[in-house]
Amino acid sequence: MDRERRIQGLRDRLTYIRDIFANREDESIRLLAAKFGELLERHRLMPGGVKREELSRIEDLFDFSERKLDTTLTPMDRVRIVRHPQRICLKDILENVYDNYTEIGGRGEYNIDPSMLIARAVFSRRVGDKVTNQMVMVIGQEKGHGEAFRNGGSVKPWGNAKALHYMKVAETENIPVHTFVFTPGAYPVEDWPGAAQQIARNLYELAGLRVPVVAVFSEGGSGGAEAIGLADRRIMLSHGYYSVISPEGAAAIEAGLRSGDRTTPELIEKCARQLHITAEDNLENGYVDRVLREPPLGARPSHYEFFRELRRELIQTTNEVVSSVKSMKLYRAMAVRTTKTDDAESIYMRWTLSQSALDRMVEQRQRKFRAMSRHARLDGTGVITRAVAATKGTIWATHSFLRYDLLGRQKKRLNAVFEDLGAEAHLVRHKVLMPLKKTLDKVLPGNGNTPPKVGEAVVDRLTRLSCPEDGACLVGSEWAWTSPRSQEDRTISCPNVRTHHCPDLWVPDLFGDFAGVCPSCGHHFPMEYRWYLQNVFDYSESKEFNRQLESINPLGYEKFDTKLDKAKERTGLKSACITFETSIEEVDAVVAVFCAPFRGGSVGAAEGEKFIRAAERATRKRQPFIAYVHGTAGIRIQEGVNGVIQMPRCTIAVRRYIDAGGLYLVLYDTNSYAGPVASFLGCSPYQFAVQSSNIGFAGPGVISETTGIAVPPNYHKAYHALSRGHIHGIWDRREVKKNLHQSLLTMGGRNLYYR
Amino acid sequence: MLNIKELLDKVKASPYREIVVRAPHTGVVSFAAVKPGEKVHGPRGEFLEKPGTLLAHLTREKNEKPIPAPEKGVIEAVHTQHEGQFVEAGEPLVTIKHYLTRKEVIELILQEALYLFRAPERAKYYFVPEVDQKLKVSGKRSVKVQDGMEFLIVSRMKRETPLAYSGPEGIIYSVYFGRGDNVDEGEPLIGVCPEDQLTVIQDVVARIQSEWEEEA
Repeated sequence: MDRERRIQGLRDRLTYIRDIFANREDESIRLLAAKFGELLERHRLMPGGVKREELSRIEDLFDFSERKLDTTLTPMDRVRIVRHPQRICLKDILENVYDNYTEIGGRGEYNIDPSMLIARAVFSRRVGDKVTNQMVMVIGQEKGHGEAFRNGGSVKPWGNAKALHYMKVAETENIPVHTFVFTPGAYPVEDWPGAAQQIARNLYELAGLRVPVVAVFSEGGSGGAEAIGLADRRIMLSHGYYSVISPEGAAAIEAGLRSGDRTTPELIEKCARQLHITAEDNLENGYVDRVLREPPLGARPSHYEFFRELRRELIQTTNEVVSSVKSMKLYRAMAVRTTKTDDAESIYMRWTLSQSALDRMVEQRQRKFRAMSRHARLDGTGVITRAVAATKGTIWATHSFLRYDLLGRQKKRLNAVFEDLGAEAHLVRHKVLMPLKKTLDKVLPGNGNTPPKVGEAVVDRLTRLSCPEDGACLVGSEWAWTSPRSQEDRTISCPNVRTHHCPDLWVPDLFGDFAGVCPSCGHHFPMEYRWYLQNVFDYSESKEFNRQLESINPLGYEKFDTKLDKAKERTGLKSACITFETSIEEVDAVVAVFCAPFRGGSVGAAEGEKFIRAAERATRKRQPFIAYVHGTAGIRIQEGVNGVIQMPRCTIAVRRYIDAGGLYLVLYDTNSYAGPVASFLGCSPYQFAVQSSNIGFAGPGVISETTGIAVPPNYHKAYHALSRGHIHGIWDRREVKKNLHQSLLTMGGRNLYYR
Repeated sequence: MLNIKELLDKVKASPYREIVVRAPHTGVVSFAAVKPGEKVHGPRGEFLEKPGTLLAHLTREKNEKPIPAPEKGVIEAVHTQHEGQFVEAGEPLVTIKHYLTRKEVIELILQEALYLFRAPERAKYYFVPEVDQKLKVSGKRSVKVQDGMEFLIVSRMKRETPLAYSGPEGIIYSVYFGRGDNVDEGEPLIGVCPEDQLTVIQDVVARIQSEWEEEA
């Protein structure tokens, strides 16, 4: 029986090898297949005739060949390893790495989202002669090989919501969180709470989660990975991948395919190579802290040695996180740092941290992400300019501290006291004087009883619905900048003509006077970002900063340099993001604009850095921070993980800004999709959209490509986003400035200078 | 009494409908490359989001507007004499012969043969329990309705009122609403068929089902 099992094991290994190499012709594979065929033949002819030594020999041959093949793995082979049904999954890890675990939040099919698995797990360890139990919260995607209800590890929004819920539970109980990223990407349904919105919430919370978080990456596909991947330490399995997009998706974009067509395997292979998705690449770029070696050709559930290794790694990494912020660590911290052997188990650290240690840890995490992706952008600012900027920054910070914190706070307190006293005095006066007035009124009749005469004009002004002469109604062209399209002498049809029977519009009227808004149905035609720069943000009067930050091609992606150069030349910009300081109706604010004409407004390392610096500037100057998204297609895939890492980085920046007491406003226009919406834009408590804009996680093409479901044409419309609670209002383009000013005066933020 | 045979013969004699695509407004016409005898298709996609075959462009005030085919069919005639000319609204541009599908023919005959009872207001409609029971147990054709018979419940905003049937006596032949669906005002709820015509109609429908070739 044992022999049968061993033969079966060999058969599994052979099919695995064949699957991984996608039937690629290779000498070793052919040899293995031949040898195994011989063995089977012999076994078939006389069962039991296969000797034990012979089996051992062929097993050794398999081991040797696997080691040899392991050195020839291409990135796409690694993708196939990760997707293979024999790959270890989270359940295997829970069974083999932890000493005990309890699934919570549902089990199997009886679960709000079976692809997200949550468990309370325990490490039991003997340290000295004492046994200690250390609790952790395990959160991760479960691919559940072939179980349709697990959806291949693609988490739906409610699954991410569940993950967030239990992160908060871990925070309450002060136990570390271990997250396991096993996902090809999140499932792009927009139903409440919305795929993008939920990932944004997760990132926002993780940015300030006050427990140690350790993430293990096996398969990390963009948004789905980020939803639980923002961690103090990131470990990556050596045969895993971490990428902004699946190689197939990248190939589809590269080839510019219409839905339904398939790309060639060669192009997919090439994209996988160009995206730099392997563990080594990510380690080199600094996006993971450590790579855990797997057995040749990837870990499978029978590799118990690997599970032991993973357990040691998890304990040691958690120890490291804890010891780096613990106040009393003494010799243990050094021991943790130096041990690379099995010794990790013998060092005991309490994983519950004090409040001050937790503060330090969150600060450390935020600083760690801030320092990432420096190499993936070009900073053309000179040394002197940089030094001046740094000095200025310090001066602003000090100035703001003195003016708004030291003096301003006292003044505010005094004002509050006076306000209260005034209200008291008013009441007292009222109480005392009213009876007096009443008596006087009685004694002296006719005193003050005649109603004041109101003129006709006043009545008219107060009762009319709109007053054009006061500027309440929009008349004529009063725009500081009109679109060059308004020079054309022709008409254009409104897309809503079927339903709303809008008459055709004369282009000079439409783009000149009406600001691109159909006067009949209110449809907003897409408008150039310059319109907003000039008419809303007074760009000509404003002060732009970090202009010299430039998008580059950090991965050497083929032909991307020329594309970037073309975009730079066409738009005159160095990246898709423009940051400047301006004043909106006398209120100074920092604005970041993402312009769609530059590579679809996609976000890469330069854009992320500019955005972060803008948020920091707003913090230092105590100013509101406005993100105007003229359009964004998502994360720039050609930058690979350099792009996707901007999701946590910018979210952390935003979180720091909001925590510092700022007001962060987001305004979407035209089309905003994917990464940015699912992170630093989507996490804002105040998000608005210009009418007729589209907002979503994945565009309609991507949705039908990945899930095979066609979505209705109006699926991503702003009013749908509004009704499911993603955005908080829809604005008319002509009223953006007025509404922005109103929001600045009435919304959020305790540290604004003008309050 | 309706002569179904005659109706069917009429449909059979000309099993298509001629759709004349007219200029929706004034403008200069330029025809797309469609020739008589070519097949065209109507709007497609799950949400009919993909427009039909392009027939022509109409340019007004330098605004070029496509004119797609409204339905599936074969081009009968293209009025090419207008090519490059200014036409007024309503000028016929293309004629499409739309062959009636099996479903359309059945629908056509049923519309003629049945009495359609329409929804008096936008609401959800349910059959009263006895009728519902009967429909479930013995099928659609088992319920007979006569004038004044309360057979439906109108449900709107937690208000449920009975609805009486008004119209000729007959058997419920088809039900046009689903459970829990909101039915707009004026939409047909049920089709009622006089008892003596039931077999005739059933016969005709069965024949169309088996014989009619054109499908959707």
